[in-house]
Amino acid sequence: MIEDVVRLKLPAGEDFAVQKNSIIGEAGEGKRLCIITGTHGDELEGQYVAFQLARLLEKKKTRLRGQVDIYPSLNPMGISTIYRGLPGFDLDMNRIFPGSEKGSMYEYAAHRIVESISGADLAIDIHASNIFLRELPQIRINEKTANQLVPMSKAMNMDLVWVHSAATVLESTLAWSLNSTGTPCLVVEMGVGMRLTIEYGDKLVAGILATMVNMGMLLEKAPSVGQPIVSTDGHVGFVNANQSGIFMPVVPHGCRIHQGQTLGVIADSLTGKVREELKSPTTGLLFTLREYPVVLEGSLIARVLEV
Amino acid sequence: MEKKTIYTFSALPYRQKIPVYGYSFGSNEKTLAVVGSTRGDEYQQVFVCGLLVKTLQKLEDKGAFKPNKGVLVIPSASQFSMNVGKRFWPMDNTDINRMFPGYNLGETTQRLASGIFEAVRGYENGIQLASFYLPGEFIPHVRYMNTGFQREDDGLAFGLPYLLVRQPLPIDTTTLNYNWQVFDTNAFSLYARATDTINVDAARSAVAAILRFMRHKGILRQDLELPAGHTTVRVAAEELQRIITESAGFVHLLCQAGAFVEKGDILARIFDPCTAECLEEVKAGCTGQIFFVRRGQAIAQHELIFSIKPMDQVVRV
Repeated sequence: MIEDVVRLKLPAGEDFAVQKNSIIGEAGEGKRLCIITGTHGDELEGQYVAFQLARLLEKKKTRLRGQVDIYPSLNPMGISTIYRGLPGFDLDMNRIFPGSEKGSMYEYAAHRIVESISGADLAIDIHASNIFLRELPQIRINEKTANQLVPMSKAMNMDLVWVHSAATVLESTLAWSLNSTGTPCLVVEMGVGMRLTIEYGDKLVAGILATMVNMGMLLEKAPSVGQPIVSTDGHVGFVNANQSGIFMPVVPHGCRIHQGQTLGVIADSLTGKVREELKSPTTGLLFTLREYPVVLEGSLIARVLEV
Repeated sequence: MEKKTIYTFSALPYRQKIPVYGYSFGSNEKTLAVVGSTRGDEYQQVFVCGLLVKTLQKLEDKGAFKPNKGVLVIPSASQFSMNVGKRFWPMDNTDINRMFPGYNLGETTQRLASGIFEAVRGYENGIQLASFYLPGEFIPHVRYMNTGFQREDDGLAFGLPYLLVRQPLPIDTTTLNYNWQVFDTNAFSLYARATDTINVDAARSAVAAILRFMRHKGILRQDLELPAGHTTVRVAAEELQRIITESAGFVHLLCQAGAFVEKGDILARIFDPCTAECLEEVKAGCTGQIFFVRRGQAIAQHELIFSIKPMDQVVRV
């Protein structure tokens, strides 16, 4: 059942609408799961997951207890215009939650979105990094909510659960708005902006189905899933560029790497010289790697999880 | 006056080195720092700083500065964006004014923010020439966030019509103004009416307001005669009446920021773009002064179009 979460008129003969697909189980009443994606218009990995879940769950309705609400596009204007933010509005959509009933269009939409999701037994907010960085499938959890959320994330079939420190600015995110008002929300980061990584998408779909089995929402055998590495900030090493130029990696994303091993170089295409050689700060898993070659001084190149 | 390089951003080999300049006046004491644009469309903010630099140089030459008082003006930190016509950092669309206090080993705009913050941290007073997240015009005013660190009475010394007070949101915690306050600087944001257009009269008024503040704080001689200011009215953000559109279409604005209106006055009309049929007459919900006007030819449904400072009575012909 397709429903409007919010619908408003745009200036020139079009509606702005955020929609959801509610799949109601036929195996009785039960819990409610929300699958959310498309907050950033350049993050598309969640589109594949939303598509597969809508397709699979429609077929599994007789074994589905409760309700799954799929929100494929919180920022339809961004997705349709290849724009990360909110076109015509300065702020990142994931910095305007919980929104406001009396706010401008997007703030009002954010308010209606939170209102729609609130009360769910679990929300899964799927992100895809950005166009610059490729990420291994992971769940990010604010340390303030770790006790509740880390156990819920174990069956999600992700490679990594990163428990990060709390920052006040993150209190404007959808996940924070939901978690702080009693709706548990897991944030997934995987893949890269503007692309689909089918392998990661399939992995997450299996994890969501396994989680649903654990929640008693899906009356079938759970797919087999891998266990994530659970880590905190202190075990993540960052590599930033200190020069501008073209980044050329020499190791593949997702590999195991040693402290001091070269990750790649920043090349100067004007002089033909290497401006900087970038090395791993620690021994571990290269879970984030720069995808977009042009880098400026400060650009994030890699993150390595010490394992 | 001394011109200093505060931070140099290097994007070689694609863009040439971009320096962020600071202009210092008076002594080396950290009495007042003024920061202009952090976004690429803040032309008015740079212009105000340019006019301020020019004026302070004249005042310094006249001996108008009091001893042991120092002022630093950073007109622009946004050339990388301004030179390509973008509001935010063109590479990743990040906002420098959402990166404070910055991080010198972090991402590009965190490093830039860190470079600026290091230069302006520790000043007794700070003024940021700010712009709003929605396109539009304000009546000139000073605002501060109610962080618990602020010294709000100083805001009256600018002599602008209003001193707006608002509660900070989580997203504000990474702005320059907020971090200034956290680090014990008496920080204000000054809205000089425009953003992406240069309004010379408003810029002159903004500079005069900063000079009045400097005189009040004892940076300039007390006997310095300056253009008279307003009796500033305090207003809390939640006091402003927000007018939200019920329709979408093309907009015909009938009033500007600063206009006095009575309840029921028609402030704008929204038309169907294809038939020119009037879809909505946007009316004042209260008597008062127009504080903010949203700018643009077209507007969506449920958008903020005006805010009004309510008043018991206005005087009109």
